[in-house]
Amino acid sequence: MRVIKRIGEWFDHRLQLAAPIREAVEHPVPRNTASWFYVFGSAALTIFLIQLVTGILLALIYVPSAGEAWSSLQALNHQVTLGWFIRAMHGWGSNFMVAIVLIHMVQVFLFGAHKYPRELTWIVGVFLLLMTLGMAFTGQVMRFDQDAYWGLGIGASIASRVPILGPAIVKLMLGGPIIAGATLSRFFTLHVFVIPGMLIAFVSLHVLMVLKLGINEWPMPGRIVKRATYDAQYHALTKSEGAPFVPYAVWKDLFFAAFIILAIAACAYYFGPFGPTGQPDPTIIQTAPKPDYFFLWLYALLSLLPPSLETPFLLIGPPLAILGLILLPFLSGEGEKSWKRRPIAVVTVLVIAITLGTFTRLAQFTPWSPHMNAWSGDPVPDRYIHGTRALERQGALVFQVKQCRNCHSLGDAGGQRGPALDSVAVRLTQDQLIRQVIQGGGNMPAYGKNLSPAETTALVAFLETLHPATQSPARDAARDLVLSESSPKSATQP
Amino acid sequence: MSTKPVMAQPSDGTLSRRGFFMKLGILFNGFAAMVLAVPIARFLLSSVARGQGKGYLSWVRLGEVTNFPEGETRMATFRNPLVMPTDGKTVDTACWVRRISGDQFQVFAINCAHLGCPVRWFPQSGLFMCPCHGGAYYRDGSRASGPPERGLFEYPHQIENGVLTIEAGQLPTPGEPIASAARGKPPCA
Repeated sequence: MRVIKRIGEWFDHRLQLAAPIREAVEHPVPRNTASWFYVFGSAALTIFLIQLVTGILLALIYVPSAGEAWSSLQALNHQVTLGWFIRAMHGWGSNFMVAIVLIHMVQVFLFGAHKYPRELTWIVGVFLLLMTLGMAFTGQVMRFDQDAYWGLGIGASIASRVPILGPAIVKLMLGGPIIAGATLSRFFTLHVFVIPGMLIAFVSLHVLMVLKLGINEWPMPGRIVKRATYDAQYHALTKSEGAPFVPYAVWKDLFFAAFIILAIAACAYYFGPFGPTGQPDPTIIQTAPKPDYFFLWLYALLSLLPPSLETPFLLIGPPLAILGLILLPFLSGEGEKSWKRRPIAVVTVLVIAITLGTFTRLAQFTPWSPHMNAWSGDPVPDRYIHGTRALERQGALVFQVKQCRNCHSLGDAGGQRGPALDSVAVRLTQDQLIRQVIQGGGNMPAYGKNLSPAETTALVAFLETLHPATQSPARDAARDLVLSESSPKSATQP
Repeated sequence: MSTKPVMAQPSDGTLSRRGFFMKLGILFNGFAAMVLAVPIARFLLSSVARGQGKGYLSWVRLGEVTNFPEGETRMATFRNPLVMPTDGKTVDTACWVRRISGDQFQVFAINCAHLGCPVRWFPQSGLFMCPCHGGAYYRDGSRASGPPERGLFEYPHQIENGVLTIEAGQLPTPGEPIASAARGKPPCA
């Protein structure tokens, strides 16, 4: 033991790190911050370390070349011992990291930790969130498959809409005129060197500030933060009811860190790695690209926004959101910390969470996308042609062949881009059906040029049969009247 | 151990010899940084600079005119004119060729004018449909429905000795639809 102690002393005489480390480890924290609510920051750091380790391991095999990346991923999945597990750990670690960073952010906001004097800690945290999302997006590109290829195209299309500079930004982003080898190389540089380097620097700064300024005390309703008095109050608090961070609070961080690591490993083991999907060959167009989980809300938003609002929203929305997050500690740097006395803060968090959650959910079954093979894959259910006339059956055939099913469902099968047609005859009269089919409108293409008059007649005859047995089809009462007036021999004369 | 602190600026406001050299040193490093910054910036922005001069574009063959039946729309593939050794399959590009009649053609980019996903042609309904956000286009490439704000991107094309060629080389995006070095002159005049 004495030898170990002497070796330790030899090093510390030269490094002089023991004292500052001891000070950091034993610094007093308010007792009630030793809470399970305070473990998310250290959990995010833990996952970041996992990502560093698994990322370095993946780089032993992965080849960042557009020609070979996909096959090197296949090798990782199928050839290299436990390559699939390391890939799965890295992929699931990424999902967990985004989730934990978001939870950490919500907790910090609801506990008022962004207020004086921790404004800069919050701002650095906002940049850490952006870098985390940047890692998630560039990581998706590393999995160089069809989704990555077309995802880059979507990124380029969005970037190109920046006024004046758009085309230049696209070429800078892609490293050339098209998505190709240079594109993957530069996203590899971002994913492996640039953003992780920045993350390490910013995480160090973030943790340093937590140590220097002290952990945010548990918010008590009515304990108001004032710039003039806060520092003295906090100092008094850590004196009167403080406890050394180690071991008083750290054991919960340790437990949660181990739990998170095991949770990631369990997900990796049971669900396996993500992809890669098909080869990044742009001539294979039978694909429906979709972003990773944490960008699904954006995918939904881009489908649902009115076309004219899309570009302004894309170009103005994100900068405004980031600016709002950065300005937040300056706009509400003082006052109540407790969520119990901050109803607007709570409602804001709920509204954002519900909005993002709804869009994410919608993007999981993409009701706006046509079912590209519904016309050949989903036949018209038997009951819809049971007991129909020849013309109506011909109409059912037109309905199928002209791919109406890609956007319209019948008997719960088919696309959801347009309304379900199970009871369309109740909603639209014969004339309205004809007009809608021929001229389109309300987001439906016009089929006038693609249907012969005979096909239109048959199709509309079939559509008119689509109504529940208990409801009769819509009729234009005036039409009967007009028809009866134009034919004087009609029996409806009084 | 010196006991007298050396300051860049003596308290009386005059510049000391060492202070002057420090400032000169900073200036010298600033110059060195600039010498280094110019090649770094040029290297980084090379892909942009070349694109400004339309240097990426050239004419590529799509195939014999006879490969494309009149009145039909068919997929054709071509190799990007600029190829780097590490590009793999990404330089192979698809496009939709519509032969209206005779020498009348339209060549559409595969990329949806909304966000660049690959559109698919459905001959039965005469529509191009996009799987991503549900954009749809008519057979002549004009917008039919969905989020796109415009019709499909169209490549300039010409027919040389019975071979259909297009001017390609750049990913068409809403911000820069289809670049053409021969702007102003209608390609099929």
